[in-house]
Amino acid sequence: MSPLFEEIVEDPAAAEVPTRRVAITVNGQRRVAEVEPRLLLAHLLRQGLRLTGTHTGCDTTNCGACTVLFDGEPIKSCTMLAVQADGHEVTTVEGLSSMSELSPVQEGFKDEHGLQCGFCTPGMMMAATALLKANPNPTEEDIRWALSGNLCRCTGYQNIVKAVLWAAAKLRGEEPTHDGAA
Amino acid sequence: MYPSRFRYEAPRELTEAIKLLHEGQGEAKVLAGGQSLVPLLKLRFAAPELLVDINNLPGLDYHRVEPDGTIRVGALCRHATLERSGSLAQRQPTMAAAAPLIADPLVRNRGTLVGSLCHADPQGDWAAAVTALDGRVVAAGPDGVREIPIRQFATGPFENALRYDEIALEAVIPAPKGTPAGGYLKLERRVGDFATAGVAVAVELSGGLVTRAGIALCGVGPSTIAALDAEQALAGQALTAAAIERAGDLAAQAAQPRRDHRGSVEYKRHVIRTFVVRILRDIAGAAERAA
Repeated sequence: MSPLFEEIVEDPAAAEVPTRRVAITVNGQRRVAEVEPRLLLAHLLRQGLRLTGTHTGCDTTNCGACTVLFDGEPIKSCTMLAVQADGHEVTTVEGLSSMSELSPVQEGFKDEHGLQCGFCTPGMMMAATALLKANPNPTEEDIRWALSGNLCRCTGYQNIVKAVLWAAAKLRGEEPTHDGAA
Repeated sequence: MYPSRFRYEAPRELTEAIKLLHEGQGEAKVLAGGQSLVPLLKLRFAAPELLVDINNLPGLDYHRVEPDGTIRVGALCRHATLERSGSLAQRQPTMAAAAPLIADPLVRNRGTLVGSLCHADPQGDWAAAVTALDGRVVAAGPDGVREIPIRQFATGPFENALRYDEIALEAVIPAPKGTPAGGYLKLERRVGDFATAGVAVAVELSGGLVTRAGIALCGVGPSTIAALDAEQALAGQALTAAAIERAGDLAAQAAQPRRDHRGSVEYKRHVIRTFVVRILRDIAGAAERAA
């Protein structure tokens, strides 16, 4: 169980702590949870629903590692309360791939090695997924702009941009090449 | 980090939201986009007893340009909507320039203009833009609705003129009498960092003269600064090189920067001056080409 969930169970005053029932469609599946209002969406996903692909990097709304799609828009799940997601749709990195197949964005990050330590990668891929849905033919500048809320401390972003260009080509039905414009 | 415990309500009617705030007796906080409030809750800089989430209130997610040119932005209109707005791009250059520079793209998907004004961060971009445009905030409370001029809205760093049981519903930008022109420039070390210095300029032009000038600065004082002397010096003038330089000097004098890791006092004043001159030169150049 998560720290917060244990705290509720073990706290003798647990009965006094008000919780709310939320129903959130996560990766296409309806999930119902009883949460304290102060629980952040990122923590519900990671600890409550065991979707640990969403990372929490900074705790200060800077890094974007916790990026998920909220009703299709990329947002920082550490900067939204879980109660606010009640009745909404959330997509995490686990929702990008099917059981057998990576999504084009995931494939791009793999093929172009758009990562080093990998910590920022889920957030990067969520922001990139949203970009390519809105703009199937982005320039390098468009990509850098769309990913500017997601920090990477390793790569210098070069291969991340290439990975997104690769995915864009693949999604357009073109043969992706390794000589992305980045 | 977890925020400290609070009660959470997400009313579906404005009267209910105001009632909750009233009963909160000053210990309640309004939650709109949450992109400043939630970080403050996480750091426990803010620990309200009650959060009144207004995201379920109907009819607040809008921005529109009225036939006379007045712009209205509802309390749930997100930055990203303003960034993508065709009507702002056509009608309101200062706001169109500021919108893409707010925080980062992820924050822009949630944060709101009205919330940003209420947060009253001295480094807030929207406060500078709306101040340059001489906007107003429409607030609703138990006694009805009132309008607060933006230049009286921020009462200090992170403090605004709202009573504890009032909700800011809308920001209003008055209709321009002349042709609106303007811009917003901000120096930041990286996307999402606080502004080292930011300058919003909004002028109205008529017959080759500036009929109204608004210049506001952020990041260089305890709250948003209206550069009054620079505004007055421009009013009634043509945008000559001399008038532009003088406005830049006066704006730099109006700044009250402090030395920090983002730069020295002199450096920040220099940035303010440069930005004012740069925006005004662009306006003058565009006006000349259009003539």
